[in-house]
Amino acid sequence: MVLAGAAAIAGCQREARPFRELPAASARSQAASETPLYAGSPSPPTGTTSPFQENAWGLSEGKRLFVAYNCVGCHAQGGGAIGPPLMDNQWIYGFEAKNIYESIVQGRPDGMPSFRNKIPEYQVWQLVAYVQSMSGQTSIDASPGRADHMPPHTPETISPYIGRRQTGHK
Amino acid sequence: MGRARAIAIGLALAAAGCGGVQSALNPAGPQASAIAALTWRFFILCGVIYVLVIAALIWALARRPTPRDETAEGQRRLGRIIAGLTVLTTAILVVLAVSSVVAGRGLISPSGPGAITINAIGHQWWWEFEYQDVSANEWVNSPNELHIPVGVPIVIKAMSRDVIHSLWVPNLIGKRDLIPGIVTHTWIQADTPGVYRGQCAEFCGHQHAHMAFLVVAEPRDRFETWLQRQRRGAPQPSTPEQQRGHDVFMTGPCVMCHTIRGTSAASNIGPDLTHVYGRQTIAAGTLPTTRGHLAGWISDSQSIKPGNRMPPVPMSGEDLQALLAYLETLR
Repeated sequence: MVLAGAAAIAGCQREARPFRELPAASARSQAASETPLYAGSPSPPTGTTSPFQENAWGLSEGKRLFVAYNCVGCHAQGGGAIGPPLMDNQWIYGFEAKNIYESIVQGRPDGMPSFRNKIPEYQVWQLVAYVQSMSGQTSIDASPGRADHMPPHTPETISPYIGRRQTGHK
Repeated sequence: MGRARAIAIGLALAAAGCGGVQSALNPAGPQASAIAALTWRFFILCGVIYVLVIAALIWALARRPTPRDETAEGQRRLGRIIAGLTVLTTAILVVLAVSSVVAGRGLISPSGPGAITINAIGHQWWWEFEYQDVSANEWVNSPNELHIPVGVPIVIKAMSRDVIHSLWVPNLIGKRDLIPGIVTHTWIQADTPGVYRGQCAEFCGHQHAHMAFLVVAEPRDRFETWLQRQRRGAPQPSTPEQQRGHDVFMTGPCVMCHTIRGTSAASNIGPDLTHVYGRQTIAAGTLPTTRGHLAGWISDSQSIKPGNRMPPVPMSGEDLQALLAYLETLR
């Protein structure tokens, strides 16, 4: 009984849906250091997981933003095209949250642009969590549904660009 | 006395609800007129029948049975009355059904060839109106404000980018659903110039209630003037402050979602801002367009419309003032 109650309360975290992410999420300086050496005494390690790692809403927002910010332009729906695939276990720059964060914010050589100042901090973390979910790094009960084959269509959370791009003009 | 006054005030308030810019009882076009006429026809006919039935019921309760009722002649008379009323009831229902079908058919097909075609695209939680009849490189996109010329039917192709929405302008047309993946058609016509309010009529998420738009119906020449102005891209910033605002926009998160034609900002996730300051409202009819409201919206839109897709964009006071100065030039 007590266990069931505790499980129910713990389950609330999964669906937590904060509207005003800032300033809490942005106040954290998340740029990971390039070296294990610190000046003076070692700083406490920064959080290395996305705050949305176990949060279904944050993961689904990441899924929406992945299309909205045109990550699909190079990475397709995770299968990769111009850019490397994200749903396999091969990582050029590391699979940890801070590595993916850096890839997005700083960019990477040979094509990955830097989104510094372009994507708000909390949305970067939503994208990080979603990208991790593609390779099964987030718990399955919070992750958006992922098919094992490469999906030919965009996620259902956002339908394809319609309007001027597809209907054309007279 | 007090009760009479209360009833009078109540009636006055109820009557006030009939007017206004978002009322099906204040029709301004042929479709809304047909719907309003049908409404009144049903209301009056059903009202009269209700009063007659209640009167007959009271009469029947108050009446004493007479010995004649039990005779064969009395029974036959009763049978004739019941048969007559059954025929009358059927006839009334047929008349109501036919008038409903006739009114419904009139709503489907436009009264003439469409003067222009407009794409209406639903988003969580705002409206996008695209004018098709302009060449591809000067397309007109007017979020949350639909301008139409009066007196001519306008064809509307309705679509959705995410979930099901429904387009409803009570003064002009009934509801038309916007279904993801499907293009639905409807038409709209305003005979009286004016500004009417439209509203999403299908629950579509957190800010469904704040998903409104304005229909500005104006004479043809004024409409053409508006369209001509909309075709133009944004002007170049002319002061150092505007230039700084332009740079804040182009180097910040704004460009990830918004378009300003004539600049490098060309994303269509959020509303087109090329003429943002020329529109009457921001945030899909939520606030009037003023410098202060824009500032509040940019700084923390989540406190105004919680759950909307615009992230808060914190910036320094100088940057914000410069950005506002730039946005004010986008008319």
